[in-house]
Amino acid sequence: MLIITCPWCGARPELEFRYGGEAHIARPADPSTLTDEEWADFLYNRTNPKGLHAERWRHVHGCGRFFNAVRDTVSDFFVVTYKAGETRPDIAGDQAK
Amino acid sequence: MLDTPSSAGHSTMPVSADPLASLASGSPRRATARLTTLDRTARLVFRGRESAIGPAGEAFGVALPREACRFASNEGRSALWLGPDEWILLAPGAQAGPIAAAIEAATAGLPHSLVDVSSRSVGIELSGPKAAFVLNQGCPLDLGLGRFPVGMCTRTLFHKAEIVLSRTAGETFRIDVWRSFAPYVWSLLEEGRRELD
Repeated sequence: MLIITCPWCGARPELEFRYGGEAHIARPADPSTLTDEEWADFLYNRTNPKGLHAERWRHVHGCGRFFNAVRDTVSDFFVVTYKAGETRPDIAGDQAK
Repeated sequence: MLDTPSSAGHSTMPVSADPLASLASGSPRRATARLTTLDRTARLVFRGRESAIGPAGEAFGVALPREACRFASNEGRSALWLGPDEWILLAPGAQAGPIAAAIEAATAGLPHSLVDVSSRSVGIELSGPKAAFVLNQGCPLDLGLGRFPVGMCTRTLFHKAEIVLSRTAGETFRIDVWRSFAPYVWSLLEEGRRELD
């Protein structure tokens, strides 16, 4: 079982968490000005990287909070977790940064 | 056993029969992990912004703990940290109505929510030298005294059911579970301690 570190509660078993999709995707301020392609891109297209991926997780069976994590999609290793609203931390070898 | 309607401002939901009555009455005694149902408890969930947290604690009589996963107690009442802006307030035996009214009065005009969830869950106590061992059969948390000390509480899972687990003494755990899940949790605790004396 993976151990995931909740920024509030500390190291907890994977069972208590739920995945929440890619992180740092801001909803466009005024969707009515977007083309269909831009709107579809916001709704559906994700980076799907091989390597480090910033994603949202929720400690649903714990404090209930959403937070962000950088996970290596190859090894499933959680590099770092940080509170929602914080910027993606600098990580050596992070291609997306 | 039906609840009598509360005369205070907040109405109290009628409570159906104790879901654990038949299971608890047939439960064997095992000294190394004693399993007991806890008496009726008033439960309130408080969520609020910074400005409302202090006054709510003062009105309840227990300062709401700000450290993650900790609870504080005073004169039988407990305030359990569930999230950075969420607490569950326990007052054994008491009616939730007057407590809720007092907190509402103290936090009037401050952003918060206060919900009476007294009837939602039931309390179970598990105590004895093998209490942590029994819990660990369905809960993957490290329940060693160093990692889960007295005074710690958290929402977590016991098998498939969500529980609020707190350690009230070195070998005593309190489990709060939604009433419809209570027989499930009780039965699995029972199974977990079957091998014990």
